[in-house]
Amino acid sequence: MPGVETSNPQKARSFVVDDKERGIFLLDREALVSEQVLRDEVTNIFAKCWIYVGHGSELKKNGDFQTRKVAGRPVIFVRDAKGEVRCFFNTCRHRGAMVCTERQGNLRRFNCVYHGWIYNNDGKLARVPGDEAYMDSFDTSGLGLKSPARFEQYRDFWFICLDPDVQSLSDYLGKAVTDYIDLVIDQSPSGKMEVLHGTQEYDVQANWKLMVENSVDDYHLPTTHSTWLNFMANSGVVVEPPKDKDLVLPTRGFAFDLGNGHFTTDNVNFRGRPVAAWIPLYGENAKPEMAAIRKELVTRLGEDRARRVADTNRNLVIFPNLVINDGSSVTIRTFYPEGPGKMHVTAWALGPVEESEDARARRLDAFLTFYGPGGFATPDDVEALELVQQGLANWSDDRWSEMSRGMGRAGEQLNSDEHHLRTFWRHWNKLMSGAQS
Amino acid sequence: MNAHANVQVTRAEVEDFFYREAALLDEWKLNEWQELLTDDATYYVPPNDDLEGSYKNTLYIISDDRERIRQRVIRVLDPNCHAEYPKSRTCRLITNVRILSVEGDLVTATANFVVYRYRRFQREFSYVGTYRFILRKTGDSFLIKERRVFLHAHELGRLGSVSFIL
Repeated sequence: MPGVETSNPQKARSFVVDDKERGIFLLDREALVSEQVLRDEVTNIFAKCWIYVGHGSELKKNGDFQTRKVAGRPVIFVRDAKGEVRCFFNTCRHRGAMVCTERQGNLRRFNCVYHGWIYNNDGKLARVPGDEAYMDSFDTSGLGLKSPARFEQYRDFWFICLDPDVQSLSDYLGKAVTDYIDLVIDQSPSGKMEVLHGTQEYDVQANWKLMVENSVDDYHLPTTHSTWLNFMANSGVVVEPPKDKDLVLPTRGFAFDLGNGHFTTDNVNFRGRPVAAWIPLYGENAKPEMAAIRKELVTRLGEDRARRVADTNRNLVIFPNLVINDGSSVTIRTFYPEGPGKMHVTAWALGPVEESEDARARRLDAFLTFYGPGGFATPDDVEALELVQQGLANWSDDRWSEMSRGMGRAGEQLNSDEHHLRTFWRHWNKLMSGAQS
Repeated sequence: MNAHANVQVTRAEVEDFFYREAALLDEWKLNEWQELLTDDATYYVPPNDDLEGSYKNTLYIISDDRERIRQRVIRVLDPNCHAEYPKSRTCRLITNVRILSVEGDLVTATANFVVYRYRRFQREFSYVGTYRFILRKTGDSFLIKERRVFLHAHELGRLGSVSFIL
């Protein structure tokens, strides 16, 4: 794309106009189209921040592994022979070939098909064919599979960071984020959630940051998703028009800055939740079990917390590219750029480990009413994001995106405003301007 | 006819039925298409990484009962279904038609397909897969009882959304 590489990585610059006095927030659209910006993001964001790899439940038995790309890097996410969860670059130390080509499975060893170097599932180099050709000083102990600089977890959500000097994951997330993760996990009586079988992987021809915005943007719901609202109404869910002038949704919802670029929406539910908020869509038969689930919540957590778990929903963004949507169902969604105008999205469903067969089926069905490439909402999000990217071909002549909604609002910020989107952009801008404090 | 006897069915009949369905889908005649479905028809697109998993414990791309199919058609025919407005143009090529089994009046048949899907701005998507239908023989034609669509790509990837009837 000629003519877009105007930014100079050597020179700090700002991509936003953030004028609190006049209540104006503008985003330079170059941030969404430029090859140079993407190169800088790889260095300043994806190599500096904690990036989600996977959930421990995807590795049930010792030797279970998943291969995937994380921040553009092919990795092996594996539970080793002793039960320890590990992450390795999927790259042979000899000449660089990927050593595991299967998507998932159970292996004691990873064999490189090129020259036959073999690694144990704890990463140690186990065998080098013809090793008599090496001198005595040849030391295999330092030639195990390499790991990303840092690998840490919170409640079995595992992250890597390529920067050895980064703060701990727990400091990076902070209590504000972990409180929300805890709230999601409180759906499970035993405090354990698991990733369900089946992965949704789809590309969107749009800049990855548009997915960050879209994942938490409740302003777009009535227009982008009118056919979903129509479907909800057809299935017997009464979607009331907003009661207050400043709302676009039936219930009041908020948006919170959780620090470090993380943020969430926090809404009173109106759309049903597999965890104990029945809607006609689930069918009459589901009522007794859902009442029992709610009773368990109240007994275990108390009335207030149970209501919080069952009757509110939230879309949580962990900077830069992990989204946990606890809405019509629970989805873990992550995405990574494959160019300024293209991203690859991966999404999983998460559910309590002890869920009954019926409850599990209900959770999955509820998921599909909204989310995913065949859902009744996500395809329209994808379309909206692609329309943005297509429209941005005019970026150099129509340079600024308008993101001032709610700037003048005192006190709590609404989910349908753009406060949380500004939270993301301010943090992104800080990291990209070289102010890497 | 004895209710337990297996119906007589030829590959040519099944093939004709596949072609007829494909034409209705390509022409976006989705209400007429629904007349090809039984009252308990289902429509499944399992995830690319777990084709044989059950929709009850596996995250599918699409898992519709009859009512959900009805709602899906209402949705995709609505001009506010942005993913399909303007409508994709699709062209289905169907081949390798086989009858796998006949039990009573139920016929399990498979076919390979390529669905070419075109969106504005020269965007072109090729969905390659296998249909596995359970058909109910009714007189000289069929109704679809189960419509299962297997996509052969390792992941949906650049095919993006399945916002039309695959």
